[in-house]
Amino acid sequence: MTSPLERHPYGEHAIVLPPKSQTTHDAADIDREIRLLMYRRLHEIRQFEKRAYDMFMQNLVKGTTHLSLGMEAVAAGFGATMREDDYTFATYRGHAHTLARGVPMEGILAELLGRSNGLLGGKGGSMHLTSVEHGMMGSYAIIGAHLTIANGAAWSAQYRGSGQVAVCFFGDGTTNIGAFHEALNYAAVFSLPVVFVCENNLYMEYTAISDITAVPRPAADRAGAYGLQPVVVDGNDADACYLAARDALEHARSGRGPVLIEALTYRHGGHSRADPGKYKPPGELEAWLAHDPLKIYRGRLERIGVPSSALDEIESQVGQAVDAATEAAKNGPLPEQALAYTDVWADGGHSWRN
Amino acid sequence: MAQLTYREAVARGIAQEMNRDERVVLIGEDIAGAGGVFKTTVGLLEQFGPRRVLDTPISEQAILGAAMGAAMTGLRPIAEIMFSDFFAVCWDIVVNQMAKTRYMTNGQVSIPLVVKSGNGGGLRFGAQHSQSIENWAMAVPGLKVVTPSCPEDVVGLMAAAVRSDDPVLFFEHKGLYASRGEVPDGPIEDVLGKAKIRRSGEHATIAALGMMVPRAVEAAERLAAQGISCEVIDVRSLIPLDAQTILDSVGRTGRLFTVEENPRALGWGAEIASIVGDEGFWDLDGPIVRITTPHVPLPSADSLEDLVIPSVDRIVAEVEKAMQA
Repeated sequence: MTSPLERHPYGEHAIVLPPKSQTTHDAADIDREIRLLMYRRLHEIRQFEKRAYDMFMQNLVKGTTHLSLGMEAVAAGFGATMREDDYTFATYRGHAHTLARGVPMEGILAELLGRSNGLLGGKGGSMHLTSVEHGMMGSYAIIGAHLTIANGAAWSAQYRGSGQVAVCFFGDGTTNIGAFHEALNYAAVFSLPVVFVCENNLYMEYTAISDITAVPRPAADRAGAYGLQPVVVDGNDADACYLAARDALEHARSGRGPVLIEALTYRHGGHSRADPGKYKPPGELEAWLAHDPLKIYRGRLERIGVPSSALDEIESQVGQAVDAATEAAKNGPLPEQALAYTDVWADGGHSWRN
Repeated sequence: MAQLTYREAVARGIAQEMNRDERVVLIGEDIAGAGGVFKTTVGLLEQFGPRRVLDTPISEQAILGAAMGAAMTGLRPIAEIMFSDFFAVCWDIVVNQMAKTRYMTNGQVSIPLVVKSGNGGGLRFGAQHSQSIENWAMAVPGLKVVTPSCPEDVVGLMAAAVRSDDPVLFFEHKGLYASRGEVPDGPIEDVLGKAKIRRSGEHATIAALGMMVPRAVEAAERLAAQGISCEVIDVRSLIPLDAQTILDSVGRTGRLFTVEENPRALGWGAEIASIVGDEGFWDLDGPIVRITTPHVPLPSADSLEDLVIPSVDRIVAEVEKAMQA
């Protein structure tokens, strides 16, 4: 037996560098309005996550939080091209995907604070954000489970002939759990309209995915086992994500079955609030900061002629929205005590005996 | 009125609901083409077609996840987990996902589904294919748990389970599949959370579930010959639990016995004993007695399996002993 830590000390695995080009998709066929929407989404997610972090440090956000800082482009790109009634399934790192479906910030932030104006009334928390009216079918905190559940939503859409597609986001670590493999085979067998999106940020929790996975590309290298094409995209380029999403959604919606996408990205922070990320080799974070999703996108929009002032204006509007959401969340009352006892059952209550 | 086997009643109940509601679909391993390894789904593929009755891979997480996702988005699936022991490989979907999602989302999500499963021992299948696991499920808020003991109840409780807007675990007892009973013609719908008195009696109450119900009834008949008159309650539904029927019965008889196939520690009868201890204490004329499988895995040899699962003889002996003390 050879353990990865016999080959190299902890934190001294090979650096994975981001793609070199930031201009590949400058000329892509994407409407300017959609690009501006994606720019706004990138900033909404970035500024929201920074605020969530700050409020955690002030002990206003309780429990734990898993932030998407550095990974905003995947959610922004997919969110911009999904149909309004398509389904999103996300993980406990799901603030970004919730925002990307247009769920208002106030409810999300208030949920993190455990307030009654939270998206879930304070009963779910950061790891379970859900807004059915926005197609956000939930954030699932046990690795792998929601891939199988996304299959079910896709099956239902197929059965009802609704044309909806389920999009399921998950991390690189998920590719090593059984449910991932069960779900991919199942989706392929039944040609389900589902798009699986692996956000490969190079680390599962505190361990480099490359150290504990048998193949270099944790999702794409498994695709062939289920008759799927390996697809790898630059997960820090919102246009790359948008284009991949557009193709995948079209494929799934037209009845040609599931798609598996591996989006290469990078988590600027640790796994959760408790993790300082000391296992990252020197130089890696700096390389990825130079390939930051917001920086890439601002550069592109300026190159295609969007005035800097317009971009500044978007950033400032987002900043105001985050501030307003922060105030509304902080001012939200605590949940009524009775709420602890509601909605165990469909009758609204929690009674289990007479 | 027809004479049906318990296994035929399962198919009858599912067919009744699939005929009534297009949203009801059925998935599981070997349930379509083969009609189920226990033959509980025979004829359903032919009647409802491959769009509504689907054979799946051996992927219990994928099966239950698919059922849950479909239930969240407008269908009312029935999924089969072939042996209830296999819940151990997909318990995450049941416990963390199905059971909690309505609560965690503050009521945004409804999960109307049924997971049917072959449960219980007596067939010499050994420790991994014989367990009675209702008490695992009973311990998790958000799951409804039913175990019918006769063909008529199979049909009626299946209908109630399918029509419930909550996830229901429907435990079929493998040892009862071949048993027969009268089933009324026409549609049947029962209710979840209602126990049934199978036999009236004056001196003691025996609460039983699944295959333990016919054994308790037989034991009661033998005890009656000795002058001990037992009331046998078929608990049928652990969640919701009809505690009142049991408390009322104990109020009349003054004694309570539970007959449980599960291993001893924290079996379903422990909760019932706790309720009766709290709320029926002044009605009791003696200690509550739990008759259970001891706290061991189930052995496969017929002689050993028969030794550990409560038998008619053991029920008679335990009741006699307690009533004479």
